[in-house]
Amino acid sequence: MNKLRLATVWLDGCSGCHMSLLDIDEALMGVAMKADLVYGPLVDAQEFPKTVDVTLVEGAVSSQEDLEKIQLVRQRTKLLVALGDCAVTSNVPAMRNPVPVKKLLERIYVEGADVHPGVPSNGVPKLLKAAVPLQDVVRVDLHVPGCPPPAGTIAFVVGELLEGRMPELSGKVRFG
Amino acid sequence: MAQKVSIRIDGEYVGAKEGQTILEVARKAGKYIPALCYMEGLSAVGACRLCIVEVSGVGRLLPACTTPVQDGMSVTTNSEKLARYRRMVVDFLLSERNHYCAVCVSNGHCELQGLAQKFGITHVHYGYGYPKMPVDLSHERFVLDHNRCILCTRCVRVCAEVEGAHVWDTASRGIRTMLTGELNRPWGAIRSCTGCGKCVQVCPTGAMAEKGWAVEEMTKRSDSISWLATQRGGRE
Repeated sequence: MNKLRLATVWLDGCSGCHMSLLDIDEALMGVAMKADLVYGPLVDAQEFPKTVDVTLVEGAVSSQEDLEKIQLVRQRTKLLVALGDCAVTSNVPAMRNPVPVKKLLERIYVEGADVHPGVPSNGVPKLLKAAVPLQDVVRVDLHVPGCPPPAGTIAFVVGELLEGRMPELSGKVRFG
Repeated sequence: MAQKVSIRIDGEYVGAKEGQTILEVARKAGKYIPALCYMEGLSAVGACRLCIVEVSGVGRLLPACTTPVQDGMSVTTNSEKLARYRRMVVDFLLSERNHYCAVCVSNGHCELQGLAQKFGITHVHYGYGYPKMPVDLSHERFVLDHNRCILCTRCVRVCAEVEGAHVWDTASRGIRTMLTGELNRPWGAIRSCTGCGKCVQVCPTGAMAEKGWAVEEMTKRSDSISWLATQRGGRE
């Protein structure tokens, strides 16, 4: 039997959703029996594989790099899951949205700096005008809100997907 | 003495008195109709549109909180159509301002968040507006965070009708509507505010909160305000 190809992606988030994924404890054994984790911050792969069955995405789309990454992920993924409030609603990363990017960066890296004031430009991706939820830029197949979604919810979602079923989340999940 | 009338709610006959609203009668009969702006003991304004119901022979949906009962009326409180519109209302409320449940004092106790969960809303269907909204921290004990305000006007009404101070009002129109106190003064500078905190207790979200609470810690006691209001008003 072919194992399901599972990937996880970390965009603009705090990694709390990945922590919650690890928090499913012994259920991870079941996942490992049925799926290969082919990409993500928890494994070594450097490039997003050509074909993936399910990708769990944590975080909002905040930078040019996030945007390019999620578009590539979408192309190569059969079923894309927005995992957690940042991916679903843009959440905390979006709190900067009412402030223009230039003003925001200057406030933090110039006015707020004790040493070496200056907006970093080398080797860091450009911020988008606004941090947005995944659904604003790519098609999302399943939304799993929560900050983070509780381990039990993630275990249920992954378990259902591994069985080839779409998890029914109505009433089971909440924002925050 | 108010005349007795008989109406049908979801097919069941229910006795009511003339002058009562559909919502009052339905709740008394144990029927669940969701609402955010309605609060027992305060006047009804029909602002949130969550309590819409179907009335036989009426071609449009009516808000249960402001529609008086009429003898022989047949009301439907739940249908696929009503559920769709109610979801839409919550969807709009979630996307209009900046509701970051994860970092809100009312996380887990918020009526808007609760309804979103109850209605099975896992994401919004309209783009977020990300409006720039002020947060008024000028009062020594309370916070007013406009990011979380859904303009239900419970605070406006409890202050005017129960406390008798009438500090709050709304200014401007449509999407620009803002809660405002005493001709747009910061809360801390409002002289007519008695500091009673009733507005905070009835606020369904984290828009009004007591200072000093962290995320998830602010619980409200809107029931006791309802009790107080009904006692004072001499209503049933």
